[in-house]
Amino acid sequence: MAILNDFKYYKPQEINETLQLLSEFKENAKILAGGTDLIVHLKEDLVKTENVIDIKGITQLNKIDISKDNIFLGSGVTFTEIIESPELKDKLPILWEASKKVASIGIRNRATVVGNICSAVPSLDSAPALLVYDAEIVVQSKNGKRNISIHNWFTGPKQTILKPEELVLGINIPITIHAGVYEKLGRYRGEDLAQAGIGIFVDEIKNYRFAYCAVGPVPKRMKKLEDFLQGKEISDKLLEEAAELIPNEISPISDIRSSKEYRIHMMKVMFKRGLQESVVILKGGRS
Amino acid sequence: MKKIILKINGELRSVYVEPEEILLDVLREKLGVKSPKCGCDRGDCGACAVLLNGRSVRSCLVLAIETDGQEIVTVEGISKDGLNKVQNTMLDKNAFQCGFCAPGMIISTTELIEKNPHPNLEEIKEALSGNLCRCTGYLPILESVQEATKEEHHE
Repeated sequence: MAILNDFKYYKPQEINETLQLLSEFKENAKILAGGTDLIVHLKEDLVKTENVIDIKGITQLNKIDISKDNIFLGSGVTFTEIIESPELKDKLPILWEASKKVASIGIRNRATVVGNICSAVPSLDSAPALLVYDAEIVVQSKNGKRNISIHNWFTGPKQTILKPEELVLGINIPITIHAGVYEKLGRYRGEDLAQAGIGIFVDEIKNYRFAYCAVGPVPKRMKKLEDFLQGKEISDKLLEEAAELIPNEISPISDIRSSKEYRIHMMKVMFKRGLQESVVILKGGRS
Repeated sequence: MKKIILKINGELRSVYVEPEEILLDVLREKLGVKSPKCGCDRGDCGACAVLLNGRSVRSCLVLAIETDGQEIVTVEGISKDGLNKVQNTMLDKNAFQCGFCAPGMIISTTELIEKNPHPNLEEIKEALSGNLCRCTGYLPILESVQEATKEEHHE
């Protein structure tokens, strides 16, 4: 299928050049990174634009910076690059596991984590990890830089707080000692959107953090569940009690991929399974 | 129209493209490279996979213009000097029926064994999980890759 919409293609080498283009075009430009969402949308005529700005030529955006207490993932960083980094596997295990569960290798070789949060579909795999990590999105326009908490980022299905003239530079993630998993419900591996997903974070002082995707209009933290478990030792009984809080935390819909009831049921199962596994990982000493 | 230069299967080629032209279409219709196939046309099936700078990508989701100055390898390049061991094993085992998914399967396998010459079954399944086959039920494909990549023990 050809793209029917004619557009101009720009491949700036510098951030400033990109910001200049964005301030000129405003709504009438699309940023192209991996293209695994944008090209589909252009083909299917869901997106129309006169200008496509490819940011893969900007070397500053293609870097992963790991400092003592922070990790910066530039907006050109692909899921494959995350998976292939032993340091990220060690320091951000939940994001690392989520990256491995995104579509297939052929997609992960192109698709970027920043592109994932900019597409902002409710089922996005990277969101639960970024939410439990309290990540911050670094954006810049001609008027300056700002940091946006991931908790304020998603404003609706496929909608974010990003302004048309702003460019995402990358994501800052604070480093904390923790263990965790990302549980994803899909029909088959390789190419499926999550029907339900939950990111689970535990640490030595029994802080628990949970975030979901695909079972609400935007991915979100599950605060009631977190407060209920805070400081407690996980037992089978406690897990059962906690799982009963889940239906109040999520608002899934029934659609072509699964029913609301199935999603609620599976969220409880994945919560229990994932939390037990996380505790095992934590006790095994993995950070 | 913009002129782009690509290294395709070791050969430098130039071609004029519009910004909205898709790499898969340019390969097939303008450059005569016919092994990548158009299946789903939205990145789900893997039939259009090519190696771009050594990594498998869905050529149906890449603009041709994005690949200016880059290197592409397709099954034509992989088979330049005859079929390789994996391809021969696939032939022996009748791994494909209609063959439509074969180029994508071979691209994914090539990428896998480049990094991991002796993958286990799980790793093979992971590498091929983005390539759909509607004829064979996958078993002979997985067996072929397994057999062609197993470690040989010499005396």
